[in-house]
Amino acid sequence: MIDRAIKSRGFDSFDLRFIGLIVAILGIGVLSIYSVTRDQNAAFPFYAKQVVWILLGAVAFLVMWLSDYHRIARLAYPAYAIILVLLVVVLFEGKSSRGAQRWIPMGPFAFQPSEFAKLVLILTLAHYYSRAPRVGWLQRVVLPGLLVFPGLLLILKQPDLGSGLSFLAVYAAMLLMVKMRSKALGVILLSSLMLFPFAWEAMWGALHDYQRQRIMAFVDPTHDTGGKGYHALQSRIAIGAGELTGKGLYGGTQSQLKFLPEGHTDFVFSVFAEEWGFLGVLALLSLFAALIWLSLEIASRAKDQLGALLAVGITCLLSFCIVVNIGMTAGMFPIVGIPLPLMSYGGSATVMTLASLGLLLNVKRRRLSFL
Amino acid sequence: MATAGLHDSELGELQRRLIILRVGLLLVVALLGLRLWHLQIREGLYYLDLSENNRTRSVIMEPARGLIYDRNGVLLANNVPSFTLYVSLEDVKDRNVLIDQLTNLLGLDPVFVRKKIMAKGSKQLPRKVKGRLSLREATLIESHRLDMPGVMVQVESQRNYPGGVVASHLLGYVGEVSPEQLERPEFSDLHQGSIVGQYGVEKFFDRFVRGQAGQKSIEVDAVGHEKRTVVVEPPHAGDNLYLTIDVRLQKVAENLLGDESGAIVALDPRTGDVLAMASRPGFDPNILSRELTPKQWAEIVQNEGRPLNNRASQGQYPPGSVFKVMMAAAALETNTVTPATTIHCNGGYQFGRRLYHDWKAGGHGSVDLRRALVQSCDVYFYTVGQRMGIETMAFFAHQFGLGEETEVELPSERIGIVPSAAWKLKAKNEPWLPGETISASIGQGYVNVTPLQMASLIGTVANDGVAFRPRLVQAVMDRATGELQARPTVPKRTLKLRPEILPLIKEALAGVVKEGTATRAKSALITIAGKTGTAQTTALGKEKRAEKDIPKKLRDHAWFVAFAPVDAPTIAVAVLGEHMGHGGSAAAPLAKELIETYVKLMPPISASATNGMVTRDSDAGGPGPR
Repeated sequence: MIDRAIKSRGFDSFDLRFIGLIVAILGIGVLSIYSVTRDQNAAFPFYAKQVVWILLGAVAFLVMWLSDYHRIARLAYPAYAIILVLLVVVLFEGKSSRGAQRWIPMGPFAFQPSEFAKLVLILTLAHYYSRAPRVGWLQRVVLPGLLVFPGLLLILKQPDLGSGLSFLAVYAAMLLMVKMRSKALGVILLSSLMLFPFAWEAMWGALHDYQRQRIMAFVDPTHDTGGKGYHALQSRIAIGAGELTGKGLYGGTQSQLKFLPEGHTDFVFSVFAEEWGFLGVLALLSLFAALIWLSLEIASRAKDQLGALLAVGITCLLSFCIVVNIGMTAGMFPIVGIPLPLMSYGGSATVMTLASLGLLLNVKRRRLSFL
Repeated sequence: MATAGLHDSELGELQRRLIILRVGLLLVVALLGLRLWHLQIREGLYYLDLSENNRTRSVIMEPARGLIYDRNGVLLANNVPSFTLYVSLEDVKDRNVLIDQLTNLLGLDPVFVRKKIMAKGSKQLPRKVKGRLSLREATLIESHRLDMPGVMVQVESQRNYPGGVVASHLLGYVGEVSPEQLERPEFSDLHQGSIVGQYGVEKFFDRFVRGQAGQKSIEVDAVGHEKRTVVVEPPHAGDNLYLTIDVRLQKVAENLLGDESGAIVALDPRTGDVLAMASRPGFDPNILSRELTPKQWAEIVQNEGRPLNNRASQGQYPPGSVFKVMMAAAALETNTVTPATTIHCNGGYQFGRRLYHDWKAGGHGSVDLRRALVQSCDVYFYTVGQRMGIETMAFFAHQFGLGEETEVELPSERIGIVPSAAWKLKAKNEPWLPGETISASIGQGYVNVTPLQMASLIGTVANDGVAFRPRLVQAVMDRATGELQARPTVPKRTLKLRPEILPLIKEALAGVVKEGTATRAKSALITIAGKTGTAQTTALGKEKRAEKDIPKKLRDHAWFVAFAPVDAPTIAVAVLGEHMGHGGSAAAPLAKELIETYVKLMPPISASATNGMVTRDSDAGGPGPR
């Protein structure tokens, strides 16, 4: 009944709610960025640039929404190849910032291939699983794993632990969702358990010093407040000091006086939590939860496997980033440098996230056209 | 789309599995909510506390010290703005790294910096590391601030002595309160880095001049930049002091001594006001008020001229013939002699197997008391002393204020020595020898006095026996109220002498200048009375040598005490020149010049003293930050 009404207009209340949630979260993000950087002395302050990124993202959103996702998926392999090339380029020609080489300069801006790599990976894996029935653990696990591996390696080399973990999360979510025989699942679980010590050794050894310190600082952030635990502790102080009702807009001393580092990027959630308190946090979490819920709704009503896998992949990536970011600002996880989707300042991430959400809505649109 | 090779069953299976994700993700979001509830609600107050702690710093606001003026309102000590380096320990991430950075940046001694930073005290209060930063140093620190969290440069008022070396012993100098001082009750309201007077008037009147420190809580950002002042408890500037000295006279006194070591004290005998108190060599209090390295300190302290010694109140010398003023009064009061009694002087006094020489080889012939003073006949006083005995001499010496504090308002005054049998037994554990009485009767032997005591003695004589406590500060101005409070003149005692005795002695002392040993002090401007003294520092043996052949170190100290004008004295002077030879030739001319200067400056001095002071009150608060 509702569907029919929607079909006639091509735009329904579901789309409205979905887009409404996105706009609300984006708005909260810009406000928080403005609050923490409003004293910035620049022709183009962060909040203004973020608005530009959002507008660019809106274009990407519309493009992804209105084209056919099957056609987009067909471009997955070449796109992945291009991304791999870009990831190689960034290693040699990229711009460094705070010890990591993640950006390719483009005029006044810088472009971060690892952000786009996440979306392209989702497309690639979804395309792979849906092209033919994949049977056996070789086809279901190992081959896609070989697809993931080079990208993951290049991203960890930058180093970008956050994006690397996102990559793994996308892969794991896909594996979980693709129907898998319990035997194959058992083999994976067993082998990963056995390989864990070696993998840990390899992982820990491959980490850079500052990454290791961050993880160590997570274990006991109060131990050395001046050093490695500083970020984690200051973020917890900011959130905790917000109490029930918050310190009010611009009232957060932790963020206004810059005790909280990276208030406009990775720790934007702490800025918000300090200003708006637990009540604000509950509202924001509800917005995110609603967005995830609607995304899963799209996945569960997708008309084909490609659509379902795309929706699941995007939803999982989004959820993973939200949970890990908020978890790290609240001191539940080590600080791994994952931005908060739709809120943290950053051009590549904002455009990529909005493009992904556009793709999600595209999956839902195709379902309707077949009814 | 069929080409995708999907099976409906597989899609259905996948979509059924989504329930795992739904439940799982909702659970995780709920878990996040729980964690945030824990942080914000359960531990909210704790983190609020931490955030307050993060942003507020206590900063001490040092008070401006009170200003010091001379009796005419001429500025002697004020304050100038200067940069001070503080370290706020709460913001320091690694103390060792910071010590390294500061050492490299400012070229400081790492041990010194460590001591300052690790000093005892509340962790909330910043540690003062170095005052009087140069502009270059302050700029260097500011430009490296981001690398050195916790480092602050504050503008504070710094003690400054515009006159430099002038009146240095009198004014003294200031310095940081020492850890030992901090443990004493009178410094209990101070803290590490507080500036207190360490010498002179600065030390003695510190509780007036010091003022009271204020405190402010400031809001700082993550790199320690001051954003906003939260609470202010303003500092209270110290009280202003108006000294009794006339800086013009003081300068003349110091110049008279020139490169010689010695002291000149000038008092107003009617009030005890110290008009000038010079001691040479001097020092620059501006340098001593800085942080000196141990090496710089050692250089000053071990300097052979002992410039830190205030010779006026801390130098002890045998009085030589100046002692005869007291001896004459004692002899008359005890009826040992009458003014008419004559004693024959043939140039020596035989006592036992020893012959005590007179300074004049041939002797003075038959002399009465007046002539004995005018000519400074030693034999006369050997005889008188021998007749009176050491105990009587000691009694009268104490009457004249010798062997006790003048109670001048300066730290560490010395009292000299008035010898007696009891004193010798106590000090040397030896019995008194009769011959020692003879040396003592002309101010030699064990007798020791300070120039200030001598000035006070001659002032007492000039003032007809009424002794005043020397007064250095005539008024204190409360900075808060602007109220000027005069400090009283304090009569100390009145000599118990028959009334005809002092006029007799004063007339004889006028004769000393007119026709006796101090004719070089004779002035065309004013009548002067005085007494010379030549104090032997070592026994040179029997043979007399020409003075220029004696090494400087072994030459006699030259004394001259004087008052003027003779009939109504307004100034009393004591001059001591270390190793300058004869009192009559070396010291008397200096006293004369000082007195003449005073006469020229004098005319309306008592009237203008108060006027000048009051007119300058209005700008008194100017130099200090208010």
